[in-house]
Amino acid sequence: MSENAVIEWIVAMMVLAGTGITLISSLGVIRLPDVYTRAHATTKSATLGILFILLGAFVYFVYVHHIVSVRLLLGIVFVFLTAPVAGHLIIRSAHRSGVPLADISVRDDLQAYLESVREQAAPQAAGSGAEAVAGSGAGAGDAHSGESSPDGGKG
Amino acid sequence: MFQTVLLICLFLLTVSFVVALVRIFMRSSTVSDRVLLIDSIGFIIIGMVAILSILLDTTAFLESILLIGILAFLSTIALCRFIERGVVIERKRGD
Repeated sequence: MSENAVIEWIVAMMVLAGTGITLISSLGVIRLPDVYTRAHATTKSATLGILFILLGAFVYFVYVHHIVSVRLLLGIVFVFLTAPVAGHLIIRSAHRSGVPLADISVRDDLQAYLESVREQAAPQAAGSGAEAVAGSGAGAGDAHSGESSPDGGKG
Repeated sequence: MFQTVLLICLFLLTVSFVVALVRIFMRSSTVSDRVLLIDSIGFIIIGMVAILSILLDTTAFLESILLIGILAFLSTIALCRFIERGVVIERKRGD
């Protein structure tokens, strides 16, 4: 009986830790200035918090009910694999569609790299297929994002 | 005591859910912001289902964790491709 109580305390601590981390990430969503820093808040800490909660549930079902839930384990692995990929894709699409950085940010290496790639690809763009046209079209949208508009940066 | 802690955790997750919803409907947030927050709302729902299945002492909800995870990931990828290129499914023409 006391063994169950110990397990319940461990599970409660894990769930509480996960909830705290998720709450801190939502604090970051409120406070941070632009979409790139907000992605730092949500993808890192929310993923860690959800992993803590799912591990707590797994420990609970293993030690209290003696069930090793493969579905829960699969869910943990899936969340752990897909959350960083989704965050990376969101930020990549945001940068390529020209979401401005915050006013306090000092350098943007990816912008310079994209411009240099575009200049190299520009002479060949007339002859080649639809991909080069699509790339230069996205570039035209990007080129104006250097001057950050006050609307997006305000937060 | 255990149940009280779990209920408090459920409440705090609801608070962060509401924060994400407020941020989505704010006028100053961009489309990428909204996609990011929809993704994080999916994760919050996963955590809520896990806590609820501990609270109700049942393993019946554990499939839905996997299902919500897969659906959130796929919808995020589709929205990202739509933001980046304007289409979700590309097809090559000519060959």
